[in-house]
Amino acid sequence: MIRLFANANYDFIKWRRWAIGLTLAFIVPGYALFFVRGLNYSIEFTGGTLIQVTTVQPVGTGKIRSALDAAGVRDAEIQQFGASNEYVVRARLGAGGVTAQGSTQATAQAVDSALAHGLGADQYRILRTEAVGPKVGRELQGKAFLAIFFSFIVTLIYLAIRFEWRFGLAAVLATFHDILSTIAFIHYLNLEVSLVVVGAVLTMVGYSLNDTIIIFDRVRENLRKFRRQNLYEILNLSINETLPRSVLTHGTTMATTLALVFLAGEVLRPFALVMTFAIFTGTFSSVYIAAPILMYIEKRWPGQDARGARQFRPGAASVSPAPGAPPRAPQPQAMRQ
Amino acid sequence: MRSLRWRLFWVALATVFAVAALVPRNTTQRVLDQKSGRMKDTTVRRVPISLGLDLQGGIHLALEVDQSRGPVPDAAEAIRRAERVVRTRIDQFGTTEPVVQVVGGNRLIVELPGEKDPDRAKRVIQQTAFLEFRITDMQSKFRDAIPAIDRALRAAGVQAPGNAPVSAVSQLFGADTAKQKQPGAKRKQQPDTAGLNAPGPLSSLLYQGALPGEYLVPVEQVPVAESLLARPEVQRLVPRGIELRWGTEDISRGARSFQTLYAVEDRPIITGDELEKATARRDQLTNQSVVDFVLSRRGGRTFERETGRHVNDYMAIILDGRVQRQPPIIKSQIGQRGQIELGAKALQEAQDLALVLRAGALPAPLTIVEERTIGPSLGRDSIADGIRAGIVGVALVVLIMVIYYRLSGALAVAALTFYVLLTLGGLAAFGFTLTLPGLAGLVLSVGIAVDANVLIFERIREELQHGKLIRTAVDEGFKHAMSAIIDSNVSTALTAAILYLVGTGPVQGFAITLIIGIIASMFTAVFLVRTFYMIWLQRRPDMATLSV
Repeated sequence: MIRLFANANYDFIKWRRWAIGLTLAFIVPGYALFFVRGLNYSIEFTGGTLIQVTTVQPVGTGKIRSALDAAGVRDAEIQQFGASNEYVVRARLGAGGVTAQGSTQATAQAVDSALAHGLGADQYRILRTEAVGPKVGRELQGKAFLAIFFSFIVTLIYLAIRFEWRFGLAAVLATFHDILSTIAFIHYLNLEVSLVVVGAVLTMVGYSLNDTIIIFDRVRENLRKFRRQNLYEILNLSINETLPRSVLTHGTTMATTLALVFLAGEVLRPFALVMTFAIFTGTFSSVYIAAPILMYIEKRWPGQDARGARQFRPGAASVSPAPGAPPRAPQPQAMRQ
Repeated sequence: MRSLRWRLFWVALATVFAVAALVPRNTTQRVLDQKSGRMKDTTVRRVPISLGLDLQGGIHLALEVDQSRGPVPDAAEAIRRAERVVRTRIDQFGTTEPVVQVVGGNRLIVELPGEKDPDRAKRVIQQTAFLEFRITDMQSKFRDAIPAIDRALRAAGVQAPGNAPVSAVSQLFGADTAKQKQPGAKRKQQPDTAGLNAPGPLSSLLYQGALPGEYLVPVEQVPVAESLLARPEVQRLVPRGIELRWGTEDISRGARSFQTLYAVEDRPIITGDELEKATARRDQLTNQSVVDFVLSRRGGRTFERETGRHVNDYMAIILDGRVQRQPPIIKSQIGQRGQIELGAKALQEAQDLALVLRAGALPAPLTIVEERTIGPSLGRDSIADGIRAGIVGVALVVLIMVIYYRLSGALAVAALTFYVLLTLGGLAAFGFTLTLPGLAGLVLSVGIAVDANVLIFERIREELQHGKLIRTAVDEGFKHAMSAIIDSNVSTALTAAILYLVGTGPVQGFAITLIIGIIASMFTAVFLVRTFYMIWLQRRPDMATLSV
């Protein structure tokens, strides 16, 4: 029988300051990058035109660029896409140039005729075109924002009902961290933010909450079981107990997302990359963000947790050490380790 | 024992449901007939999972009412009119299973799977609607010309299709129409079927309809009839002042269905330009569905003159060259205001007719706000890549589970095959469309689906380590893992539901796949694996160590 991390006893919480420092070191430069360049939004969001072409021979982006320039189509972004003879031409709205004048469909036609002129009509084939008006793009931005906002509200309510507001808040803050770090990740790799990528971020919200819930569920149970231990110990115990499960589930999920990254093609790659990172950060935040935050919240607003299982503060009524029990280290000290 | 039987019953029921939903079945599709270039109904046998445009290739268009040249008063109503018009042109797209729907009250979505020429599709959609009223061929001029047309066709070497079966059907059909004659209805002349159905090339295709100028053509022979009618020698012989227009509706007589063909006057008595208003209502006194319409002042004068001349004639309502519904009879002279009575027909049909009239009266200019064209080869590549990634991903999951949890892992993998079956069955049963992100969601959900099993197995291991008996450990393992499984799945389902509500097209496909996947995984990972364990423990009551 293979057992990974069975009976592990790592002091995860001890490393919380390091972990927070590490995650800040990852997130902050990601956002500082905004001063240099913005997020690479897909034309679904910005409005504009996208044309994917395949050419008979790999002609290189330079040849396509000069073909477009010759026809007066400027400010279009040209990118090799997957295979060496496939290219994507993007012309976003608001970037000036041709798109400012005609409609987005007119741009698509202009690109088509420019390619026919520059490469020869039989030298390329259009695989996909998208032309999105400015209004649709704006609507979509609003919708994506709403989706993330509502998913927070709904999960907060659900967790408040199932657990307790302290747990819910800790879980949501951890998930918020995941969104921040995922956006930083997207920014570093300059991945295209399409609606499907927003879908990946939302799936991550679900997945990360899921992961935090598994640990908090164990915390809830252990709080009832071990009334003597303080929260620091119980959090560590719960994380260690659920560690084999975390490793296994992340292994299986990661296996599927990596298969998508490497095999599912260029269109799905940004989605798959974001999902892969999301699984990583979701696990990280459940351990190093959610649990410490729960501890801070509890310190700040002590009270009954998990439906009256016990109270944390020593001497705060309800549960007191049984007579003759060994004296316990006061909790604030334990937290200061 | 009893509970095990029930469990097996439920598992069998779910399996039967999923398999039944996935069995290839006969569906009727309108497809392009390659020979005649016309649309026709055909029956195909296929797995009832429809593929999204991103997998199939095709054109997706989103249109709105064009307000750039002055505001349009009621944009929501205008888009409904536009939808009605596009629906009447649906055959012109020449694609199988086109989608035409209004989204969000102000946007028209048209999806044309397999269509390659976006310009043609846009032309069909954006063409201005044209409505006209024309009197049908009351003197049966066209019918009288049929023998001459037959002769001309024979001279041109066109053979009549097989004689014997046609005449048999025509007799049957003649009896049918006879029964249909309503005693109260005033008819200028009773149509007699004697001249028709003679074994000529054209006459053998046409059956006299219920009113003058109406003919019925068996649906399967519509392409033949169209090609015959398009021939120059036939065109020449169609009587002066008469034109032929196809109807929109199929009529079934007995087991056969027919398409209507109308001979109408070549001059409209009035066009949509003169129409100002059309509304549907249910008449309280007679309990009939009625469409009221109001014409312009000038139109009213023309209409009064024309209807005065044509009392007891039939008036065809023609939108974009196709006769809508059965032409109503003109009962008396009509001025600026009139009404069309639809008898005991549902109010909905009256509303539809009113919409047709308004669509022709107030054409809604449409502007395209979004256009996506996906080539068929790209779609095929996407499916191939997605399936390859899926196979590799699932194989890795199977490997991890079986190596780590041995026999229990194998049970989880067995449950996983049920999981995939149930998810696909669910997609098929509810008629959801599989998109590229949906495919990714399916692959991803396989990885997530084993999570419940991992939770349970880890719990069982812990219980065994605490020295519990195998049976107790399994029971406790399932019991304790339950709350975590439910909480985590519900929270994922909630985010997926939100994604479905605010997302569009492909993203909705992703959300749906995720939701169905979560439900299916709860069933297979918890209920089904538990059942496997029960059988296993029953077979081996003296088992010393559990393979987990």
